[in-house]
Amino acid sequence: MNQALDSDTTSITRRVLDALRLDPVLLSLVIVLALFGSMVLYSASGSDQAVVIRQLTRIIFALLLLVAAANIPLRMIRKISIWLYLAGVAMLIAVMFYGEVGKGAQRWLNLGFIRFQPSEILKLAVPMIVATYIANRVLPVGLKELVVSSVLVAVPVLLIARQPDLGTAILVGSAGFFVLFLAGVRWRVMISLGVLLSLMAPLLWKFALHDYQRKRIATLLDPESDPLGSGYHIIQSKIAIGSGGVYGKGWLNGTQSQLDFIPERSTDFIFSVFGEEFGFFGSIVLILIYVAIIFRGLYIAANSTENFGRLLAGAFSLTFFVYLFVNTGMVAGMLPVVGVPLPLISYGGTSMVTLMIGFGLIMSIRSAKRFMV
Amino acid sequence: MPKREQLQDDYLESRLIRRRLVLSAIFIVILLSLVLGRLYVLQIVEHEHFSTLSDSNRVRIKALPPTRGLIFDRHGVVMADNLPAYRLEIVREQVEDLDSTLQQLRQYVEYSDQDLKRFKQSLKRRRPFESIPLRLNLKDEEVARLAVNLHRFEGVEINARLTRNYPQGSHAVHALGYVGRIDERDLGEVDGVEYAGTTHIGKLGLEKFYEHELHGTVGVQHVEVNANGRTLRVLNESPPVQGNNLHLTIDSSLQKVAEEAFGNSSGAVVAIDPNNGEILALVSMPIFNPNLFVNGISFIKYNELRDSHQRPLFNRALSGQYPPGSTTKPFYGLAGLESAFAKKEEEIHCVGYYKLPNEERRYRDWKKQGHGPVNLTDAITQSCDVYFYDLAFRLGIDLMSSFLGEFGYGIETGVDSTGERKGILPSREWKRGHDGMPWFPGETLITGIGQGYLLVTPLQLANSIAAFSVRGTRYQPHLVKSVEKVPEYNRIEIASRVAGRYELKREHNWEHVHKAMINVVHGLRGTARGINQGLQYKVAGKTGTAQVFEVAQDEEYDEETVLEKLRDHALFVSYAPADDPQIAVAVIVENGGSGSAVAAPIARRIMDAYLLE
Repeated sequence: MNQALDSDTTSITRRVLDALRLDPVLLSLVIVLALFGSMVLYSASGSDQAVVIRQLTRIIFALLLLVAAANIPLRMIRKISIWLYLAGVAMLIAVMFYGEVGKGAQRWLNLGFIRFQPSEILKLAVPMIVATYIANRVLPVGLKELVVSSVLVAVPVLLIARQPDLGTAILVGSAGFFVLFLAGVRWRVMISLGVLLSLMAPLLWKFALHDYQRKRIATLLDPESDPLGSGYHIIQSKIAIGSGGVYGKGWLNGTQSQLDFIPERSTDFIFSVFGEEFGFFGSIVLILIYVAIIFRGLYIAANSTENFGRLLAGAFSLTFFVYLFVNTGMVAGMLPVVGVPLPLISYGGTSMVTLMIGFGLIMSIRSAKRFMV
Repeated sequence: MPKREQLQDDYLESRLIRRRLVLSAIFIVILLSLVLGRLYVLQIVEHEHFSTLSDSNRVRIKALPPTRGLIFDRHGVVMADNLPAYRLEIVREQVEDLDSTLQQLRQYVEYSDQDLKRFKQSLKRRRPFESIPLRLNLKDEEVARLAVNLHRFEGVEINARLTRNYPQGSHAVHALGYVGRIDERDLGEVDGVEYAGTTHIGKLGLEKFYEHELHGTVGVQHVEVNANGRTLRVLNESPPVQGNNLHLTIDSSLQKVAEEAFGNSSGAVVAIDPNNGEILALVSMPIFNPNLFVNGISFIKYNELRDSHQRPLFNRALSGQYPPGSTTKPFYGLAGLESAFAKKEEEIHCVGYYKLPNEERRYRDWKKQGHGPVNLTDAITQSCDVYFYDLAFRLGIDLMSSFLGEFGYGIETGVDSTGERKGILPSREWKRGHDGMPWFPGETLITGIGQGYLLVTPLQLANSIAAFSVRGTRYQPHLVKSVEKVPEYNRIEIASRVAGRYELKREHNWEHVHKAMINVVHGLRGTARGINQGLQYKVAGKTGTAQVFEVAQDEEYDEETVLEKLRDHALFVSYAPADDPQIAVAVIVENGGSGSAVAAPIARRIMDAYLLE
């Protein structure tokens, strides 16, 4: 279908996009979403232009990385995945010893010229390495492949979870899981794993979770039990969204948001601001944009000519969905509060950069198909 | 499985992946529909409800501080309760110009810079609609003066709050500890939510150690407020739960007897039930009034207490470390018998001093002319130093040190309070770590009469003699007998824990030393015979004198001429009734001179009070 389109379009934009190996559909959706997000951020930050300018700078920087990623040949992606993975895990271990502490967790690594969270790298590296490993094997994957992949996923996930950063651990873990899922892990294997996990849940509850994490889960079940502490987030967030109604209170008019009732309102809780100001109608539009992005990613995955591309593009798209689902679920009081941003909208540079590189890689997978045929 | 070896079939595999992709898409649609459904409920169905809540965020959440648990002695006498006290409080968001309000309030009520500083600190961490105390403990006339003018100050309130009170004042202060206002240091340690309305926290002693039991659970009140922030009505409330009550092992009347027995001296008494480690009395003298600390003591008063040369704030019973002196002799005697380095009837000739072979230095006996020929019983009864120099020389420091260790020397007792120290149990390794020097034989000798590096706390002293009295079983001493859980009001007993047990090699070795200790009190030449008049039960004891400063080789120690500050500490350890011990007592009177004259009578008064009344 794309070839058909290509042949009869001669517009300059089209040619530029082709030369840069970019997917016009995905690119325009992502840009629309990011710009729309900056608008919401302007309101959430209390009309702070500096914040928006910083965010726009990040978007442009991240888009440049997207273009760069889109031009990495698939062969190269497979080659570097092992090194990226090893470097990422090494840095996670370094964080354990030399990391900087922020908000009670040890997540940051300071390399002198740049300060970043190594866990972000793993969001890319984990699905990449698992896909590289599995792509050459006979599908559906066998037991040995399953075990090796699980170890590859579990190591960074556990390292991240103990920082503690439950949100990122979930994202990295699900990215790895999705590759396996797409590679056709049998249902009975997944079901028995699920049963095993739920049997282990009480143990995890007791030993693996921090006090504050347990509290958040307890709070979810009954936010009114702790209205002064962690329940405050959820209660205020629900008030904001609920009071938005059908069409919302209007941009810059959300009282909950503007009067400081919503904590973390430019980062993890930015969807409450959106819900209050744009209402149910706005929410539907926003979620449809997200769905379009995710489905475009899945479409590219389905049309890729080799397993590696199918698995990687699929896993990236599904992880993007997890971002969306966990964040909106948390803000609407359906899921416990874990630190997962609303993708491409929440304030902050790290997740923006990894997400964009991910989209770049999806685009690289898309063009690989054509160059091969 | 040979099948797995087959070549990849791209068609089948891509079909597999595509099937899974489609499946994922279906999942995504389902899950996002759930999110949308949730948003539908929040934004459409319950819109009215949330709209009301949001409209002006009329509903305020107020933290209701719990009432602190009460403390009773073992017979139910109230040691700590709570009394209403008036406080001047300010709600930040209702005050337009805070600085001028604070300025104007000065006309009606005094507050110190300290109060102001604390107020400003709380201002930062409390929500703007919470009331923050500026002054505690208002006097009646201050309340009256303010109440008349209150209408002029928006956001200023007078509230009655329950505040910690120690009805018996200074009585048993070192056993209880006290509460004080939460400061920056405490803030790091407490749960911000649980303490949202709390202003006081245990600072010392039991009050600190059992903070988690005493504090209780915070309550929450949802109130509707008007535009000015005034509370219109309470929407709903979950009341706070009072903290748990503590029932102590302390016997208040016994404690009082001990405090009175001291008069103006400084020192400490610890009385323990040797059968279970319950602390019956824990006294450090002098005492002070903990109520002063509850609402913030003034600098002047605090400095006065801190700088007093008698150091009333210092908890001698747990933190004071003293040379045990001759009270160690029964332990060494037992060590000698058990290791066969001493024989029961073997005699030593005491000439008033002892010399190591090949050394000129004389180790003096307290009795200049010497005790003459003495066996172990005589040596304990008369507290002969020369006998124990010789015994120490034979035992050697390693054996002495490990034997005292069996009775809890040199380790914390693990008592349920704060500030406990562990004393010093010297040994070769300890000394190498202490100053890098080897152990000298002369140091073994002075350790043999409980001097030198050896240091114990009064609690350790009492606990060691308690363990001795029951033939080696040492309990972990404790101050709390039971915790009364609120709101069920069921008492949970604190079980007695055995901290260590010395297994006697021969029971009659112990009997022998035990009899010598009875002789100390009841024998004709016993050093504590002064207290045996009219005794209705048998006491086993041992006097001790701890040197505060060293007398030069050929000088005489003369009690009259030595400054009181440098006078020896008087010690006495004892248990009674000797044949079925119910109470073990250790007494230290600082600068009291000799143990027999000063410390033993105090112990007798305590034992009389406990066993006869």
